[in-house]
Amino acid sequence: MIELDTLTKRYGDQIAVDRLSLRAEPGELVVLLGTSGCGKTTTLKMINRLVEPSDGRVLLDGADVSSLPQHELRRRIGYVFQKVGLFPHMTIFENIGITPTLLGWPADRIRRRVDELLDLVELDPAGMRDRRPDELSGGQQQRVGVARALAAEPTVMLLDEPFGALDPLTRDRLQQSFSRIRSQLAVTAVFVTHDLTEALLLGDRIVVMRDGHLVQEGTPHELMVNPVDEFVEQMIGTPKRQARLVDDLLGRGAPA
Amino acid sequence: MSEQLALLPAYLTGHVQLTLVALFLGTAISVPLGIVATRVRWLEQVVLGIASIIQTVPSLALLAIMVPLLAALQVQSIGYLPAIIGLTLYSTLPILRNTVIGIEGVDPAYTEAARGVGMTEGQQLWRVELPLAMPVIVAGLRTSSVWVVGMATLSTPVGASSLGNYIFAGLQTRNYTAVMVGCVAAALLAQLLDGLVRVLEQGVRLRRRAPVAAALSVLAALYLFAGVTLVRPLLAGDAARQVVVGCKTFTEQYILSEIVSGQVTAETGLDATVIQSLGSTVAFDALRSGDLDVYVDYSGTIWATILRREATTENRSEVLSGVERELAADYGVHVVGALGFENTYALAMRSADVRALGLSRISDLIPHAARLVFGGDYEFFGRPEWVSLQERYGFAFGERRTMDPSLMYQAAAQGDVDVISAFSTDGRIAALDLTLLEDDRGAVPPYDAVILVSDRLMREQPEVVAALRGLVGTIDADRMRAMNLSVDADGLTPRAVAEEFLAGRR
Repeated sequence: MIELDTLTKRYGDQIAVDRLSLRAEPGELVVLLGTSGCGKTTTLKMINRLVEPSDGRVLLDGADVSSLPQHELRRRIGYVFQKVGLFPHMTIFENIGITPTLLGWPADRIRRRVDELLDLVELDPAGMRDRRPDELSGGQQQRVGVARALAAEPTVMLLDEPFGALDPLTRDRLQQSFSRIRSQLAVTAVFVTHDLTEALLLGDRIVVMRDGHLVQEGTPHELMVNPVDEFVEQMIGTPKRQARLVDDLLGRGAPA
Repeated sequence: MSEQLALLPAYLTGHVQLTLVALFLGTAISVPLGIVATRVRWLEQVVLGIASIIQTVPSLALLAIMVPLLAALQVQSIGYLPAIIGLTLYSTLPILRNTVIGIEGVDPAYTEAARGVGMTEGQQLWRVELPLAMPVIVAGLRTSSVWVVGMATLSTPVGASSLGNYIFAGLQTRNYTAVMVGCVAAALLAQLLDGLVRVLEQGVRLRRRAPVAAALSVLAALYLFAGVTLVRPLLAGDAARQVVVGCKTFTEQYILSEIVSGQVTAETGLDATVIQSLGSTVAFDALRSGDLDVYVDYSGTIWATILRREATTENRSEVLSGVERELAADYGVHVVGALGFENTYALAMRSADVRALGLSRISDLIPHAARLVFGGDYEFFGRPEWVSLQERYGFAFGERRTMDPSLMYQAAAQGDVDVISAFSTDGRIAALDLTLLEDDRGAVPPYDAVILVSDRLMREQPEVVAALRGLVGTIDADRMRAMNLSVDADGLTPRAVAEEFLAGRR
């Protein structure tokens, strides 16, 4: 379980995140949704202390995250980066096994775990283990990124627009894979995206943010049915509008 | 050629020792310093600034400045120590700068990922930043290794044997085979080190065991060799205490230093080593501090540059006794005696010009000076003799050129310059048909060649001093000129000429 309690981040006079409170129940996936610069990534990074909050606190299963040394905290939290961030000088095996290695797992346990994870993210262990990240496609790299985040069997996972840089087809496949993985593992996750469709597809609950504030919080259905203001309504409306446009185009081109 | 190649093991050993030790120290200092500089922001500019300033000091000056600095600290002031310190300082900048650039150039996505997967600061450095910065750091190391191999040839004038001995001595004695051997050997060594580091870096990066192992074994062998050859003489201890003979950078000095060392060995059975091609004041400072035991200098040089007397018309014996008295009293340096000839600064011109202009004395030059080009060696225009010549004769030459003493005579013979500051015993004066002008106004003090010994030698090894006394009064100016000519024109080695001289006396 993750709880944010009046979490605030200031950079000088600028307030990036303003007294944000929310909770993700065990096994739940909460999406932080918003436009660029709304504070969603800063919020995510405050959970594993890549960014230190100015005020407020984060509780992980009831314990304040600031009570642990940063590196120990982060080894318990899987993190998937927007820019993937696989280490280019390490093999795929070493990349996935990095956190278990830091935790001092025995070598054969790491080996079994890495193979298991490669299977889970639908990559062929034998063909992948010894390759370098630059030999992989973008989609394959992000699969490895997800595997790396899951390696040390975390109960909590943070994902920062993990599929944002991928082409639509690959993104679609990865979203499906991720849905399946989540259904197999009981991880609590916070997922940052600006893509409403992705939020609707993956999120158990969606938190809409703007200018560092929480604007609305609810299930996808609640958001769709009952947008709290014009901003949310517009945001929700975008995919509907696009879908209508596509329909129109198809309708006009089709024989009467 | 074979004579030169026989010297290669000793010079190459010295060069390898200097280069490897300096590179090791340079890396050991620069990489950690570079890492710290990337962590402590204000330090970066300070550290890089200091390294850049060191780099702008001309390399020969950087080495030469170590001699008086170390002498002031009362530690070994010539030989390995000043060379190693100078070379180490010189090697730092490329490694330091590339360490900083390499680490700062690591994509923040990777350092954030390193923190995100739970690395501590140290793990982030060792597992992510250093491996990713390694190609850049190694490029700096390769630059350094090539620089240091090249600069190590300049260790010769501060008293450390290196391939520079070939180059300095070869240029002075017009032995171009020696110069070539020195240059080729240095180039090959630079290529070897550069290649080894490159193979090592690529091997590590691509994780190929064989090249890494091969490069490491060659490097380890080189370091082992340098280490053993450096440590062995230390272990041998005082029992085999050698007499250390100094030698400045011109033909006569190479011959005289060999005569001195040959005489010491023949008469006392002690080993004597010659430290070649020392700068003029480097030799005197080293004698004072006891790093040298003996070398030959000239009464006028001491009179003018050490005792800071103005050039005078005082006669030879007055200058000689003055030098003897004051060196012993104020500098703890002792004059064993004069060899029997003067090597004075004298103005020389092409004989044809001397006849055409009807010259015989320096004062005859005065009306012609404005149309003539004057060539002097590196120190000449800074020396009191030049000041005194100008004062006594009041001439102003059309142009002044500073040139290497070994090239000066040739330049005069070819007409590139008209008047040169020749050394009166130089064999090339006669060989190249140059004529000396008489110093009719006594501007240049007498320059008796004198054997100087350190205080330590005087007190502790009287048998060596006695052996040196045997050389007093044995070389006249004609003899010296003939010996110089044998080296400069006939291509004999200074050692061969010295051996012939010593054999003739027995």
